[in-house]
Amino acid sequence: MEYILQPWPWYISGPCIALVMFLLLYFGRTFGMSSNLRTLCTIGGAGKRAEFFNFNWRSQKWNLIVVLGAVLGGFIAHNFLSNPINIDLSQNTINDLEALGFNNAGQSLLPPELFSWDAVFSFKGFLILLMGGFLVGFGTRYAGGCTSGHGITGLSSLQLPSLIAIIGFFIGGLIMVHLIYPILF
Amino acid sequence: MGKYIKFFLVGIFFGIILVKSEAVSWYRIFEMFKFQSFHMYGIIGSAVVTGIFLLTLARVLKLKTTENSYIKVPLKERGFKRYIIGGSIFGLGWALAGACPGPMYILIGTGALSILIVIAAALLGTFVYGLLREKLPH
Repeated sequence: MEYILQPWPWYISGPCIALVMFLLLYFGRTFGMSSNLRTLCTIGGAGKRAEFFNFNWRSQKWNLIVVLGAVLGGFIAHNFLSNPINIDLSQNTINDLEALGFNNAGQSLLPPELFSWDAVFSFKGFLILLMGGFLVGFGTRYAGGCTSGHGITGLSSLQLPSLIAIIGFFIGGLIMVHLIYPILF
Repeated sequence: MGKYIKFFLVGIFFGIILVKSEAVSWYRIFEMFKFQSFHMYGIIGSAVVTGIFLLTLARVLKLKTTENSYIKVPLKERGFKRYIIGGSIFGLGWALAGACPGPMYILIGTGALSILIVIAAALLGTFVYGLLREKLPH
């Protein structure tokens, strides 16, 4: 039990994620989390505005159920399967974050500087979350997949488009963290 | 309802892994893009290696799905622009919000409710893509 309560090492977590991908393939489906964003748009009536959303969303019901399970899994892991300990970040990361104005890095899952209600209801904080989410939603559909669809499923099946997408993920991520963060924070 | 139970269970498993691996943490994503820890690379790398192994095994053993067809990953369309441009846009957002779509949902379960704003914005982003789709280079 002690091992479960501690953070899991990468060499346990990674293969477990591959198992999730494989189980879904075994059930005749494909592992991809961002498809649910499109499905939710369709349920919300987006099909009246754009052809892209005109599809039978019931065929994606199983994926929404995976999401519901994932939310519950997050609840279980966070509340019953975790000792309250800090994330073991590298000292360089903690120093870099401090220089950007993020204190106590790793003492919670998310930085209060961005995700506390105080931060969320400040103009800048709200815009940051809004932009971040928007770019993820727009980019993932444009690229046809996210970390699960391209990163795990696509690379595991050795697909070139997925490799190109991953290179794109890193181009964007590196520009954000190395060039834009110093301006934003 | 019965046929959906298995998907619910897989989802629970997925949510637990991503929390226990700390992949849902904004800090881990920042650290990854700073190349200051092997952790995230280890997770993604070992997932891909295991995935390649499992898919090869399935092909060699001619494993069938529960719906009685051969296990096969649908192929992504060929192309370059949509993957590199869309991917880069996704990367900008991933590094800023510190969460990709999977973790976004899972964070709700950990009680981080402000992530709902990120999810709402991601839905808006997906919607806007749907509106502009015909005009974008793919």
